[in-house]
Amino acid sequence: MTRRYSAFGLFREGLRGHTGWQPAWRSPKPKPRYDAVIIGGGGHGLATAYYLNKNHGISNVAVIEKGWLGGGNTGRNTTTIRSNYFYPESVALYDFSLKLYEGLSRELNYNIMLSQRGVVTVAHSDAEMEIAARIVNAMQLNGTDAELLGREGVLEKAPLLNSSDRARYPIFGGSWQGRAGVARHDAVAWGYARAADAAGVDIIQNCEVTGFIVENGRCAGVETTQGAIRGDNIGLAVAGHSSVLAAKAGFELPIRSYSLQAMVSEPVKPCLDTVVLYLGTATYLFQSDKGEIVVGGGLDRVPSYAQRGNPPMQQHIISGMLEMFPSFGQLKMLRQWAGVVDVVPDSSPIIGPSPLPGLYLNCGWGTGGFKSIPAGGWLLANLIANGTHHEISRPFDLDRFARGRLVDEAAGSGIAH
Amino acid sequence: MQLFPCPFCGPRDETEFHFGGEAGKVRPEPAAEIAAERWSKFLYTNANPKGATREIWVHLTCGEFFLMERDTVTHAVKGSHSLVGEKP
Repeated sequence: MTRRYSAFGLFREGLRGHTGWQPAWRSPKPKPRYDAVIIGGGGHGLATAYYLNKNHGISNVAVIEKGWLGGGNTGRNTTTIRSNYFYPESVALYDFSLKLYEGLSRELNYNIMLSQRGVVTVAHSDAEMEIAARIVNAMQLNGTDAELLGREGVLEKAPLLNSSDRARYPIFGGSWQGRAGVARHDAVAWGYARAADAAGVDIIQNCEVTGFIVENGRCAGVETTQGAIRGDNIGLAVAGHSSVLAAKAGFELPIRSYSLQAMVSEPVKPCLDTVVLYLGTATYLFQSDKGEIVVGGGLDRVPSYAQRGNPPMQQHIISGMLEMFPSFGQLKMLRQWAGVVDVVPDSSPIIGPSPLPGLYLNCGWGTGGFKSIPAGGWLLANLIANGTHHEISRPFDLDRFARGRLVDEAAGSGIAH
Repeated sequence: MQLFPCPFCGPRDETEFHFGGEAGKVRPEPAAEIAAERWSKFLYTNANPKGATREIWVHLTCGEFFLMERDTVTHAVKGSHSLVGEKP
């Protein structure tokens, strides 16, 4: 029985020398058969298992992870959560996720440290201000919060920004989403894992899927390094390795894998209380709770499965940071890392049935997988339980490529890839 | 900083190159008779292999399109080949 976390419990454990904490989830041996098997023990996979039980009463579920929980992109992202997209389909999806995030700490009884500190996207010319106004209008029409800021408004949000008249990318103004923010990424994975485990879900780590069991043209389970595990329905949530698993299942996806890198500085005193993105540099940054400046940017331009970033993009991101915050030139950088992301031609995810019946996809989140974890899990669980789309996931079906109905956020909201 | 071998110029900085696509993709013809699914496959779908791969790259500074064999995990380059005189 999972014990509830509370302030009182923390106080009590403090007095006892922290000797009473229990593991937050079990490490069971896989059973031969489950109602549903989820491949991928990152945020999306764990959330899928959680919502299968919560929304559909299906708890005979296994989550299979080749490494350790949240050790892929869930532990490698820059933790930003936002829904500042252009198309109605996208706002419906990402705002649904943001709303689920807003209630998640309480729902999971696990503090995910959601901090809705807002995201400001800075524009550098009159033309870019028109684009910023366009996306603000689109967001408001689509029912999420957005505000157009002038130069003074931007500098009020982030006073340390480069306000020089001779800046390469002068500040004309920007768009603001106040409900956006950051959360503790590991806590999201661990919170979903703990809640799913408490409901009876088996989380199986260090278990790699090596193939699919296909019977009568339908996916009936997976072959793994711990033996065959059968399931009535299989969900695939393996960001970065979707094409690799798809090849084992006998189909190809409209995905290319790239490295996306990020880095943090040494911790410093509080100096930045929002998330800042420059349209001109494509660099974005914020300050973590520990005081580190977290910096990210665009993709490495070489298709890659290496979980490390190449120097040219690192240089580009840091030069962007120095343009935006000249005073950050004094910072020492502490760590740099990368994750492998699934990039789809229209920069929107793929949620829906795969070409192999019985196997459902949740992939292609590109650079935006973390913010989508609750929605991705919720919608994949719905697909597995009902066999049909929810209206929010319908536009993101794999069939959009043949129908020509792309949700082109690369053009719509200016994603830098 | 990685060096990529241009068959025309020799080894040059990776930032001078642009990824073109996977080698061996052939445009389906006659275009007017091709079904939407097959066009979609040609335009969007990739093998996206983990490990050894054969890709078309362009060296932006000289404009040379060429075939590069490399590894998507180690980033090791196995070789590059000119496409001059090649048939698709």
